[in-house]
Amino acid sequence: MGAKILEKRIIREPDVYYYRLEAPLISRKAKPGQFVILRLHDKGERIPLSLADINPKDGTISLVVMAVGKTTAEMAGLKVGEQIQDLCGPLGLPTHIENAGRVVLVGGGFGAAPLYPMAKAFRDAGNYVTAVIGARSADLLIYEKELSETCNRVIVATDDGSKGVKGLVTSSLEQEIKENGAGLVVAVGPAPMMKAVCNTTKPFGVKTVVSLNAIMVDGTGMCGGCRVRVGGKTRFVCADGPEFDGHEVDWDCLMNRQKMYTGREKESFEAWKNRHKGLAEEGAAK
Amino acid sequence: MPERPAEERALDFGEVALGYTLELARAEAARCIQCKNRPCVSGCPVGVPIPDFIRHIKEGEIQKALEVIKTANLLPAVCGRVCPQESQCEKVCTLSKKFGAVAIGRLERFAADYMAENPAAAEKAAEVKKTGKSVAIVGSGPAGLACAYDLARHGHQVKIYEALHAPGGVLFYGIPEFRLPKKIVASEIEKLKQVGVEITTNAVIGKLFSVDDLLAEHDACFICTGAGLPRFMEIEGEDLNGVYSANEFLTRVNLMRAYDFPEYDTPVETGLKIAVVGGGNVAMDAARTALRLARRASRERGLPSPKVYLVYRRSEDELPARKEEVHHAKDEGVIFETCSNPVRLIGENGRVRAVECVRMSVCEPDPLAEAPAVDASGRKKFRPIANSEYRIEADTVIMSIGTGANPLVPMDTPGLELNAKGYILAKDASGQTSRKGVYAGGDIVTGSATVISAMGAGRQAARAIDEYLKNKK
Ligand SMILES: Cc1cc2nc3c(=O)[nH]c(=O)nc-3n(C[C@H](O)[C@H](O)[C@H](O)COP(=O)(O)OP(=O)(O)OC[C@H]3O[C@@H](n4cnc5c(N)ncnc54)[C@H](O)[C@@H]3O)c2cc1C
Ligand SMILES: Cc1cc2nc3c(=O)[nH]c(=O)nc-3n(C[C@H](O)[C@H](O)[C@H](O)COP(=O)(O)OP(=O)(O)OC[C@H]3O[C@@H](n4cnc5c(N)ncnc54)[C@H](O)[C@@H]3O)c2cc1C
Ligand code: SF4
Ligand code: SF4
Ligand code: FES
Repeated sequence: MGAKILEKRIIREPDVYYYRLEAPLISRKAKPGQFVILRLHDKGERIPLSLADINPKDGTISLVVMAVGKTTAEMAGLKVGEQIQDLCGPLGLPTHIENAGRVVLVGGGFGAAPLYPMAKAFRDAGNYVTAVIGARSADLLIYEKELSETCNRVIVATDDGSKGVKGLVTSSLEQEIKENGAGLVVAVGPAPMMKAVCNTTKPFGVKTVVSLNAIMVDGTGMCGGCRVRVGGKTRFVCADGPEFDGHEVDWDCLMNRQKMYTGREKESFEAWKNRHKGLAEEGAAK
Repeated sequence: MPERPAEERALDFGEVALGYTLELARAEAARCIQCKNRPCVSGCPVGVPIPDFIRHIKEGEIQKALEVIKTANLLPAVCGRVCPQESQCEKVCTLSKKFGAVAIGRLERFAADYMAENPAAAEKAAEVKKTGKSVAIVGSGPAGLACAYDLARHGHQVKIYEALHAPGGVLFYGIPEFRLPKKIVASEIEKLKQVGVEITTNAVIGKLFSVDDLLAEHDACFICTGAGLPRFMEIEGEDLNGVYSANEFLTRVNLMRAYDFPEYDTPVETGLKIAVVGGGNVAMDAARTALRLARRASRERGLPSPKVYLVYRRSEDELPARKEEVHHAKDEGVIFETCSNPVRLIGENGRVRAVECVRMSVCEPDPLAEAPAVDASGRKKFRPIANSEYRIEADTVIMSIGTGANPLVPMDTPGLELNAKGYILAKDASGQTSRKGVYAGGDIVTGSATVISAMGAGRQAARAIDEYLKNKK
């Protein structure tokens, strides 16, 4: 099964894109915290992407994708009306939605987007939901408006102080926990950020759920490539996760495994850029 | 059977065994003495009428031969290549002791390949009366393909749901091109589509649809999701980069075509020193695949020639892989490190650099017990020799120590009974499960087995499902 792109826009220059895809069957089953795996064409890689919105009524799902390498950059070149050749999902276990009183969602990078469907679900379950989102500067923030619509409160933290609180998300999180307490913290974003969030929450004993982004192939538990150590045991992120108790995650193991193909990925990206150089320059000239 | 020379074939992914010519096939067929008691037939898990098809080959009636084979085996081009014949049909051939068994598998392969190359005037397929009933099949490995084919021939509408983006199961993502060319698998799938079977890819059952969702749309369901959960040794260093499960390694290469990286987007890393842990067919496939990738890379970059080790804890006699595969692997240069067991993996900067192994020796039989020291599988037991640790340098380690049952479908299917190991419990050979209208077969019932037994299970389930649908109002 493939999927048509119904809507696409850039939400942060120059590299973060929003896509709304026609995926009636997936939208009917998907829950917050789950992801899809897509493949753009016959020679493409299978890459996992979290659901940034789920709309069973109009039969669509949304993705927010940061162009970091070959596949995500190629995806940035697709147009409305074009097809994603293979779209597989929903995959992984949904976020466990419970009434924890006060829930703090922490997002970094593309991670603010998957928090959006979670925020809705946690609110519906009767929680007071606070989102803490961060970026280097104001122009790099994403999903602030969307999260403001669904969360009770949004705290913005920027490294340079160009918006909200100056500093890292972890400082804002710490302050929030100190002032108001938290029953549950959920963090989605780059591994170093999630690790820092866990270090922040640990002294307070606040349960912290993280969504791990291991390198995947099939996404069904068949290859074991996405394995990480959690609580001293081997777990498969695609089948047992992607969410785990952050205080149990072996972060060094995850971050090391994410680097497995760094050299090769660069090779593939460079080769692709060279092949498309002409095209890109042509495009730019227009 | 003619084979491509080892030095040549170990550089590419072309098929190793070349197959018979018509003359060679007829000569081999003439060796069969047409035994009255037909021992070979009882050695075949699906009972192919072996002497009958061989007689047709001897007489040069290849199409008739193929028709006879197909009464029992729907995938002769596949099984002729990958069946462990030496422990099945050929093992019990009357000639095997004195003169060497008739090459039944090769003849089977010949009949299928010959007819694919010289298609007979297309016979008009008999019109099948549609029953108006429909069946969902979960998984498109040999069990699913065979079940689909038979059900379609009975006039049922069949829809296969496959988790990956390409159908074929292990035939596609596991068994490498040099043993089973993908075009053969593709042509079997094409035939299914021609008889009206629909295949939905990217459909993970247990996620996109539950078995109950399927039963709401179809009249019955056959689950054949294989045994795809890779096991690890749970030793230190297994999370280092460069450590793969055989499933991941083979999937990257076969399904994602990493051997054509960066033309294809999915990478795979082999380095020049590779250790494969295990001794089954899967380990042989992984070792021979790794050898090809590494040889090519070393040639292209002018590096020293690679080393591929196969680390197996028992002796060569106990290797569970087919003899033919062991022999191919050796010819191509795989180094057999038997009676050796990894105890930990040693890394450097997050990447594996060496495997620390301990030598193993066979357990002496207990002098007080009558029976020799063997394990549940009947193979001799081996134990580590104290202080015999040594290192094998390796920048890639491929764990090929077996698989388990994938829990995705059972987790999402209330009332589906499993055995202690998590495989689906079938009441009898029909594959009937604890859920009405739900059948299961292949590796997800038996644990890792063979293509032919999975295919056989698919056909038996098709018979039972057809019976069930006849009686269902
Ligand atoms: C469960 C999950 C959810 C994710 N959700 C999102 C999301 O919503 N938005 C988003 O922008 N990104 C998300 N990612 C990350 C995204 O999958 C990678 O950015 C993408 O695969 C990069 O591919 P590339 O070819 O563009 O870049 P590459 O140059 O190939 O890779 C860049 C980096 O991405 C990671 N990566 C590469 N290949 C894979 C792969 N097959 N599977 C997983 N990671 C890989 C590696 O760490 C690599 O170093 C998610 C990852 C996971 C596991
Ligand atoms: C590398 C390798 C080499 C082998 N060599 C030989 C050999 O030489 N000879 C031999 O006889 N046997 C061999 N085998 C074993 C043989 O391939 C298997 O026994 C056989 O393929 C089992 O068939 P199956 O139909 O039960 O399952 P599989 O072939 O495993 O197919 C199962 C299919 O179901 C799909 N699936 C899984 N979960 C889901 C889900 N939730 N929803 C939808 N689809 C799903 C999978 O993606 C897969 O396509 C080998 C196996 C491997 C891995
Ligand atoms: S046992 Fe051997 S010789 Fe006898 S019929 Fe079978 S194949 Fe022919
Ligand atoms: S299907 Fe396999 S076991 Fe049966 S006759 Fe053919 S090769 Fe032999
Ligand atoms: S991606 Fe293959 S097991 Fe998780």
